[in-house]
Amino acid sequence: MNNIIKRYIPQILAILFVVLIFGFLTLNAQTNMDNRGIDFGFGFLSQESSFDVQFSLIEYSGSDSYARAFLVGLLNTLLVSFISIIICTILGVIIGVARLSSNYLIKNSAAWYVEFFRNIPLLLQIFFWYYAALRALPMPEKADAWFGVTYMTVKGYYIPAMVWENLNVFLYCGLAAIIAIIVLRNYANKLRDTQGKQIPVLLYSVVLLIVLPLLSFLFGGVSLEFELPELKKLSKISYIYEGGISLPPELIALVLALSLYTSTFVAECVRAGIEGVSKGQKEAAASVGLTPNQVLKLVIMPQALRIIIPPTTNQYLNLTKNSSLAAAIAYPDLVLVFAGTALMQTGKAIEIVSITMLTYLTISLTIAAIMNWYNKKIEIKEK
Amino acid sequence: MIQTINFLKPNRDNIKNYSIIGTFLVLVSLIDVISNAFLKINLTSFLPGSLTTLFPLIIGLIGLNMMRIDYSGNKKLDLLNKNINTNNFNALLTLLILFSIIKALPQSLSWMILDATISGDSKDACTGTGACWTYIKVWFRRFMYGMYPNEFHWRINTAFILVIALGFVGYFMKENLKKYLALYYVIIYPVIAYLVIYYLISGGSFGLQWVETGAWGGLSLTFIVSFFCLIFCFPLGMIFALGRRSNLPAIKYISICYIEFWRGVPLITVLFMSSVMFPMFLPEDFFMDKLVRVIIAITLFEAAYCAEVIRGGLQSLPRGQYDAAKSLGMGYWKMHIFVILPQALKLVIPGIANTFLALVKDTPLIFVVGLAELAGMLALAKTNPKWLGFAMEGYIFASIIFWIICYAMSKYSYNLEAKYKTER
Repeated sequence: MNNIIKRYIPQILAILFVVLIFGFLTLNAQTNMDNRGIDFGFGFLSQESSFDVQFSLIEYSGSDSYARAFLVGLLNTLLVSFISIIICTILGVIIGVARLSSNYLIKNSAAWYVEFFRNIPLLLQIFFWYYAALRALPMPEKADAWFGVTYMTVKGYYIPAMVWENLNVFLYCGLAAIIAIIVLRNYANKLRDTQGKQIPVLLYSVVLLIVLPLLSFLFGGVSLEFELPELKKLSKISYIYEGGISLPPELIALVLALSLYTSTFVAECVRAGIEGVSKGQKEAAASVGLTPNQVLKLVIMPQALRIIIPPTTNQYLNLTKNSSLAAAIAYPDLVLVFAGTALMQTGKAIEIVSITMLTYLTISLTIAAIMNWYNKKIEIKEK
Repeated sequence: MIQTINFLKPNRDNIKNYSIIGTFLVLVSLIDVISNAFLKINLTSFLPGSLTTLFPLIIGLIGLNMMRIDYSGNKKLDLLNKNINTNNFNALLTLLILFSIIKALPQSLSWMILDATISGDSKDACTGTGACWTYIKVWFRRFMYGMYPNEFHWRINTAFILVIALGFVGYFMKENLKKYLALYYVIIYPVIAYLVIYYLISGGSFGLQWVETGAWGGLSLTFIVSFFCLIFCFPLGMIFALGRRSNLPAIKYISICYIEFWRGVPLITVLFMSSVMFPMFLPEDFFMDKLVRVIIAITLFEAAYCAEVIRGGLQSLPRGQYDAAKSLGMGYWKMHIFVILPQALKLVIPGIANTFLALVKDTPLIFVVGLAELAGMLALAKTNPKWLGFAMEGYIFASIIFWIICYAMSKYSYNLEAKYKTER
């Protein structure tokens, strides 16, 4: 009896407490909305949005629905996160390895890089790049060409656009190359295990990756043309580049700040991972006659990756969440387009803020679930 | 392969010649770069095209290669080789880093110090090509205190000094009072701090003029927000950490939902929620100040992170501690208050310090709901028509301030970590 009370009373109280809070909030929301004549519902999603978005990956205009505006925002968020994740991984790995270098100068420059970018609030870094650094760039008519064809101007970064013909054939060829490489690798492993023969898989893979897409150009009717940005005069003093792809300065500032900031955390993860593999492992691997490359590939990396990947994914998640700071410099991401403009127009505060939060929550929980599954899979199975 | 070119490799008989020639070549390359950067003289202009820029690199590499003598017997040379010159790749990186530092120095030096202006008190004073620190000087009080009236700034200072002094009480407490330390920090201190800040900074009584929270701002607001969020999120986080480890399913899942929800959403949406959605959930004609709403929102958000840190501490305690406490006949609360929490909390102090660091770095975000702390004041100052065009100076100033605060905190938390590691 005593046990039952001890077990159930606190639980019932806790549930009651939660229910009461939610009930109280809902009741208030009900009366408040009644008073202001707002009704609750998600019908507004199919209404015409009648606002424009500066930068979007899919076709979008004011006559599209709010649901499509949501999609535009989500895609922009994913775009900026994706680019930043790639850059911050490359930078992070380089800096993380550099921190372990035997070279005094390299080690310390890397350490200072980490200390510098990690300890300045991300919002300030975004502001710095957007308001201070990128504003100092030249006007379009005075910009020098970078690599001959791209232009970095105060109005954005202009790069050539690719105009494809029969893109699908090219993609199929690429896919075929990848499948062929996987098959080849399996075959090579089998050959090595059964007959002890080694074939240069890497060389064959590179050849396959180059030759197959090349064949698609020669025989598949694929063609690729570059559309270069060209300077055009709008009025007496105003110039603009036409053609090609223009990356708005907001995007560049955001990508710069996010990837520099997050790369410091990735660097720390990489460093911890490599340091976490004990020296004995390396020596043992060398003593059984593996070459330095094999030691790195077969012994160090698999163990280091096991330590590196979980915290790094966490950093990627943080980066995705941090990309919502875009709203502060008016890059049209999910928060700005949906929780900003759409909310202002419809006044549906509860619905819109909940949808926005739930979207981020879904992204986070999905990645967290995948990570848990992955961690379970790579866990060292000990008896 | 440069390594295989043998005539460039010294043998031990002529170490002296090689090291002298090598040093000489490295010096030549450095002098070339320095004269290029500082004096704008190109010593190698007689060379064609891109060779001019590559010249110091090539000469330096050859020099370093000649100096690379294993076990030369010369201590300084060995130290140099071991640290910056182990192989050709390392030597190349060393040279590149040195050259880029030398190249960047004169520009940043002249912009930040030599050509900069700090005298005067209006934009007209800034005529040079360098930075305009006059701008920072004129706006300094705004950056620190926001729109808080100038004549009352002593109130903010006094309040901060009082709150910090009260925070150090624990160090000077008598030994027999030490057992109430936790009680003091968790309950009494927050209340006193709240009262001090309310009566001194807000005013309204004791003959102090009322200053509404809309006027608060600048760096002091950063401190106020992060201070309150820290002292409130800690107890809340402790509750949820214990809840998540509870064996009562309802409590466990409520805690998990709470923690995972807040950890899954970005702070900016939480702030949006506090500013546009939260008022809808309050009773009619019940008004809550925006600053209070923001502090509540950040507290709820950070409590989830705090809970995870504390849970880490709880998990790292060996099972034996629980078993021992139970075998003495202690109940749940007694066990946690007297045995588990004192040990676990000591373990998580570095983690809490890191959470606090993240909190301080997150506070500039309150700018998006219209509270003007340092980043917000900069945005305001930047658009002032009398002071257009000084965004760079402003952001560099703010970055330096935040960097000093955050760097000091991270170093402190490293020290704590090292300290508690050895004690166990």
